[in-house]
Amino acid sequence: MAVELDVFVGNTTIMDEEVYQLWLDGYTVNDAVKVRMAGGVLDECEANQDVLLSDTMDQYRTFQMCERLLQSPAKLANQLLFQIPPHRQTMLIERYYAFDDSFVREVLGKKLSKGTKKDLDDIGAKTGVTLKSCRRQFDNFKRVFKVVEELKGPLVENIRQHFLLSDKLARDYAAIVFFANNRFETGKKKLQYLTFQDFAFCAGQLINNWTVGAVDNMVEDMDVDLDKEFLQELKELKVLITDKDLLDQHKSLVCTALRGKTKAFTEMEANFKNLSRGLVNIATKLTNTKDVRDFFIDLVEKFIEPCRSDRWTSADVKLYLTHYTNSAHILDSFKHQAVWDRYMGVIKSCIFKMYHD
Amino acid sequence: MPGKLKAKIVAGRHLPVMDRASDLTDAFVEVKFGNTTFKTDVFPKSLNPQWNSEWFKFEVDDEDLQDEPLQITVLDHDTYSANDAIGKVYIDIDPLLCTEAASVISGWFPIYDTIHGIRGEINVLVKVELFNDLNRFRQSSCGVKFFCTTSIPRGYRAAMVHGFVEELVVNEDPEYQWIDRIRTPRASNEARQRLISLMSGELQRKIGLKVLEMGGNAVVGYLQCFDLEGESGLVVRAIGTACTLEKHSSGSLVNTHTHPNTAPASNACNSPSKDGKESPLAHGCRSTHNSPVHSACSSQRLSQNFSVSVPTLIFTGMGSGGSAGKEAGPLKTLLRQQTQTALEQREFPFFTLTSFPPGFLVHVGGVVSARSVKLLDRIHNPDEPETRDAWWEEIRQEIKSHAKALGCHAVVGYSENTSICEEVCILSASGTATILNPRYMREGCLDIGSTDHRFDDPSPPSCGFCHIPYDELNMPFPAQLTYCYNCRRQKVPDVLFTTIDLPAEAAVTGKGCLIQARLCRLKKKAQGEVNATAISNLLPFMEYELHTQLMNKLKLRSMNALFGLHIQISVGENMLLGLASATGVYLTALPAPGGIQIAGKTSGDLNNEQHIQSIQKRINDTIAKNKELYQINPPELTEEGVGSPIPEPRQRSRLFRSHSESSDEVSELDLSHGKKDAFVLEIDDTDAVEDIHSLLIDASPPTGFYTCNTETMPGIYNWTTAVQMFTSVRVLRLSNANLSNQSLNKIFTDLCENLLKSFYFKLRSNIPCCLCHLNFTVAVPEEELIQVSVTAVAMTFDKDQTQERFITKGGNETEEQLQFPLELCADSSSTNTQTSSKFSGVPENTIVSSRAASVDYGSFADRCSTWLELLRLKAHTIRRGSVKTSRRTQSLAHSVSSLENCSPLTEGRPRSLRSSRSFGGSSVTMVKMTPLSFLPGTRIIKYLGIINMFFIRETTSLREEGGVSGFLHSFIAEVFAMVRAHVAALGGNAVVSYSMKDCVLMENPNKNQAQCLINVSGDAVICVRETDQEPMTSMTNIGQSCTADGAT
Repeated sequence: MAVELDVFVGNTTIMDEEVYQLWLDGYTVNDAVKVRMAGGVLDECEANQDVLLSDTMDQYRTFQMCERLLQSPAKLANQLLFQIPPHRQTMLIERYYAFDDSFVREVLGKKLSKGTKKDLDDIGAKTGVTLKSCRRQFDNFKRVFKVVEELKGPLVENIRQHFLLSDKLARDYAAIVFFANNRFETGKKKLQYLTFQDFAFCAGQLINNWTVGAVDNMVEDMDVDLDKEFLQELKELKVLITDKDLLDQHKSLVCTALRGKTKAFTEMEANFKNLSRGLVNIATKLTNTKDVRDFFIDLVEKFIEPCRSDRWTSADVKLYLTHYTNSAHILDSFKHQAVWDRYMGVIKSCIFKMYHD
Repeated sequence: MPGKLKAKIVAGRHLPVMDRASDLTDAFVEVKFGNTTFKTDVFPKSLNPQWNSEWFKFEVDDEDLQDEPLQITVLDHDTYSANDAIGKVYIDIDPLLCTEAASVISGWFPIYDTIHGIRGEINVLVKVELFNDLNRFRQSSCGVKFFCTTSIPRGYRAAMVHGFVEELVVNEDPEYQWIDRIRTPRASNEARQRLISLMSGELQRKIGLKVLEMGGNAVVGYLQCFDLEGESGLVVRAIGTACTLEKHSSGSLVNTHTHPNTAPASNACNSPSKDGKESPLAHGCRSTHNSPVHSACSSQRLSQNFSVSVPTLIFTGMGSGGSAGKEAGPLKTLLRQQTQTALEQREFPFFTLTSFPPGFLVHVGGVVSARSVKLLDRIHNPDEPETRDAWWEEIRQEIKSHAKALGCHAVVGYSENTSICEEVCILSASGTATILNPRYMREGCLDIGSTDHRFDDPSPPSCGFCHIPYDELNMPFPAQLTYCYNCRRQKVPDVLFTTIDLPAEAAVTGKGCLIQARLCRLKKKAQGEVNATAISNLLPFMEYELHTQLMNKLKLRSMNALFGLHIQISVGENMLLGLASATGVYLTALPAPGGIQIAGKTSGDLNNEQHIQSIQKRINDTIAKNKELYQINPPELTEEGVGSPIPEPRQRSRLFRSHSESSDEVSELDLSHGKKDAFVLEIDDTDAVEDIHSLLIDASPPTGFYTCNTETMPGIYNWTTAVQMFTSVRVLRLSNANLSNQSLNKIFTDLCENLLKSFYFKLRSNIPCCLCHLNFTVAVPEEELIQVSVTAVAMTFDKDQTQERFITKGGNETEEQLQFPLELCADSSSTNTQTSSKFSGVPENTIVSSRAASVDYGSFADRCSTWLELLRLKAHTIRRGSVKTSRRTQSLAHSVSSLENCSPLTEGRPRSLRSSRSFGGSSVTMVKMTPLSFLPGTRIIKYLGIINMFFIRETTSLREEGGVSGFLHSFIAEVFAMVRAHVAALGGNAVVSYSMKDCVLMENPNKNQAQCLINVSGDAVICVRETDQEPMTSMTNIGQSCTADGAT
């Protein structure tokens, strides 16, 4: 005696959020049943394991049928096959596009190619995310990347409109797309301490300030590519370290401002030239794609690590960078104030975000 | 040229990729009606084509308009090879032929392919211009309204109920034609879909003609079925109840219940006496309303033809009797001398309705059923309908005579169905024998004088229908009669079985529940006559056992009546399946059921004795538990000086314990002594033990759930607008070929019980809720397969109010409880006479029918308002009569207030459910579906026409689609989607009286193939929230649906 067929179809599609999550997390039907049983759902309705299995199967089938629609969420709203109230649709989409931070951290900045996809089982093993879930997340990244690649207009807004995502999730996807496009190196050991949210924040800063979109908002790829002109202009900042007078002047201005305000003053004074060279060198090298990729490494090596070894507090870093940026304005012979601000604004907020254990 | 059909193809969306090279499609559309075809231009390289075509015009006869569907085919243009079909849409344009229904069809339809399922959507506009046609001999019946709903549709009043209409058409099944060997499965499926669509159209037209002939304008309770006979053909048959319906505008609705005595006066033409005489169609219709094939000569000829060798058995169902689990036996007994009412002159005084306006039902006799086994390969002329007509005629005659035997002149809640396996076909019909109030029939109105006297003693509406219609001295079957526990004037049986819904006015104690009897019987595989005889021989035993089970389970739940009884017997190659479903309730008017007594075969054996005692204890415990669960605490009746002594219900007679005779004798003895309490189950062998175990195995629904197979559950009024309709199908493969009847029964019972458990679990977020209209269908699609399909609706209700009611009820106010019903009936019968001129529809007052003519007694005035009036009156009576607040007073008061809420007059009711939030830009209208005739919390403002759809789906890649479950899951979802799309295109937002008539699944996993046929029907409607006047717009609709349906 065996159940040959068992289906339950509601006019309004019945979906259990818990089961949906299990499905998204890549659990097999049997594993999902075990998890649900452990969760005590059986006590709710005098059910038994068979009932749970049957229910889980039904829901898994529904989700599989829905998956095609979830991949182009706009279709979900005007398809006729499933009658799903709009707020449930929103939930389905949001959850489908949600990702594990541990997973995204592994692929961030990597090319979203078949090669990377082949490594997914390793990543899965490393992060504890099931391969199925890894694939879904990876395919989501790739799909969003492909769609927005060809669109004009602001990146976040495009993602939000095309995939009907919440603002927060759309921003995260924008970061992922931005990182994948510029292939920022994030996997080095020195960067391991940074979370996805750290990078997402930095991506937001870069998108808003350093891309073409920051100045002109109707260009293709405007939010994905860095503003070439701006990168070129950054070369001009070199005077700050090559011109001996300017460097000394800058140092004295900063030191005057900092004196007595922090315990780390001596270290700041001693390290000023080193740190300034580091930051300005990063700026001047950004015309090279290779150096763009190493942007975050450089920030850590050239600035964050020295500060950390001198035991600066976050407040110290903040104080130092503020005065370092502002003092440049008082330098008479320094003419590149606008570029300097555009550059340092981003650097400042990125370093603030990245300066933690 | 009486009609012009116009169609416009606007756009398509989500089309499949047909050209792999470009990942796009060059789509165009063919629009076909009859033999005329138009084409749109090709819209190149797009998955979302915008054709925006001209209006394609078809000039056609209205006969064709009724028969033919509009056929829309979407194709992919291919320069070098044949164009590939993407899919089709069939649009039934019948709703456009009715002036009161939809005026335009406009919307997105899923493009359906029988192999691939839904492939994108197409936006279509359809209109019809009808020219007046005064042809007297017309073949069309445009304008006759069809309703699946088995009650008078809301918003209408029945000026006249004309009676039974039936029709049957036959055609060769395309699947069995020679050409099927060479054509593709797709072509074959489409030929079949198209043929069935045509046949349904023709059937509906022919039924419509009969209705017009009878002088009606509508068919209510329209029930259409398909018989896939295989080689011998494809039969589409339908039955229904012809009525003359009148729409009341919301204004007149208001009128009727604020000034009940003025509104009918303005409708003078509806008064019974006038109508009959003045209606131009009245003459002739009495004699001609039957189909010619039923004339005597033809049926004689036919009977000669088929009587050659077909073994026939017509099995007689039982009435309300058999309280000892005893077969009712041949019902030949009485023919009480009755007045020949006009109703009885009709060929078939049958009604497919299951609920009625107050006063329509006078007395209910019991269930009548007939079955007959036929051999399809013996049909002499398979392409003609005569043989099948004769078969049904025979069965209907049988039903009619059963009803007569019960002293009844009509059968209500009538339905017919078939079960086919190879060449054997079981035809079944069942209904409830009743005496109807003849004032609602045309003929009855004509001879008032002769019909009056049988209704000269008015009974209160809350119990009147329970009173026996037959002669107590000459009962058709053994039953114990007592005086009605409600009015104490008339005799009632100890149990009452019916196929109808619980009358709204019935007095019920506690809640009801779904009761099922399930049975499997093995039979030897055989061919032809041998097989038919074997089946014929098994049928009576099955009916008997099903009946016994029902009776036992009813008693176990301490209930005394079954409503909505439906017994299905399904035939397979090596077994018969029987499933009886009904809703058990405790009718206050009927005596309390006695317990179940276990009797041992051999007395003196100590072990056995103990065993029996333990079983007895379990049974008693279960009964006690059920009483609590279903809140059955009937008023303790004081012994009042009425009639014969009523046996003390609590006293358990141990009289038969020691008897060692056969149980039959015991039962007989039992019956004759009228000791209803001693319902004896004798344990004499293992079978009996099994039976008792299976009796106790039925789990009661978990807390927060109620179940019924009727429209609503007594005692629950405060429904919220949350409804969740669902269909579930389960197929079991019996691996072991050598199963016994006993183990098969167990398997089958578990299958049904597990299904219910699954429902409870799945719908747990809807608690507190009631699963209403649980409709189980069983089939044996192949040897060793058992298929059960269920369609039902989960309706949520407001818990707080129930609890409040429950608490008041739970209070130990027994004294007041017991007094109340007596007061009520005494009072109400007296007030009835006093106030008879104040409102119409009070059933008992036929005496005053001379006055009635002037105040529209002959029609059911607005049922709602009448009922309201009646309740108000009662409530008033109660208040005047006593200050006691008993449970019943409150329940009545509550009903009144809930009715007031329904009325469009009440304003300022908080629109608490309206959600002003709109989520995203969804363009899809939410369409609610329910098997019930209403949606709680809403009012139907327009019926848009009948939905009757037939789909075939086939696959040759079963594994890839997720096996049979995946295949059927998506097919059912697709069917729902297509129904919703059609309703939305008609401008509707809901389907009521939805049902899935057929779900025929054939699979061949080895070949990776499966095929499924689904037939669904229902009424498309526009409904508005109780308080709203205008239809919900799609936006608010969505908001509302979120609150309603979103609770998953």
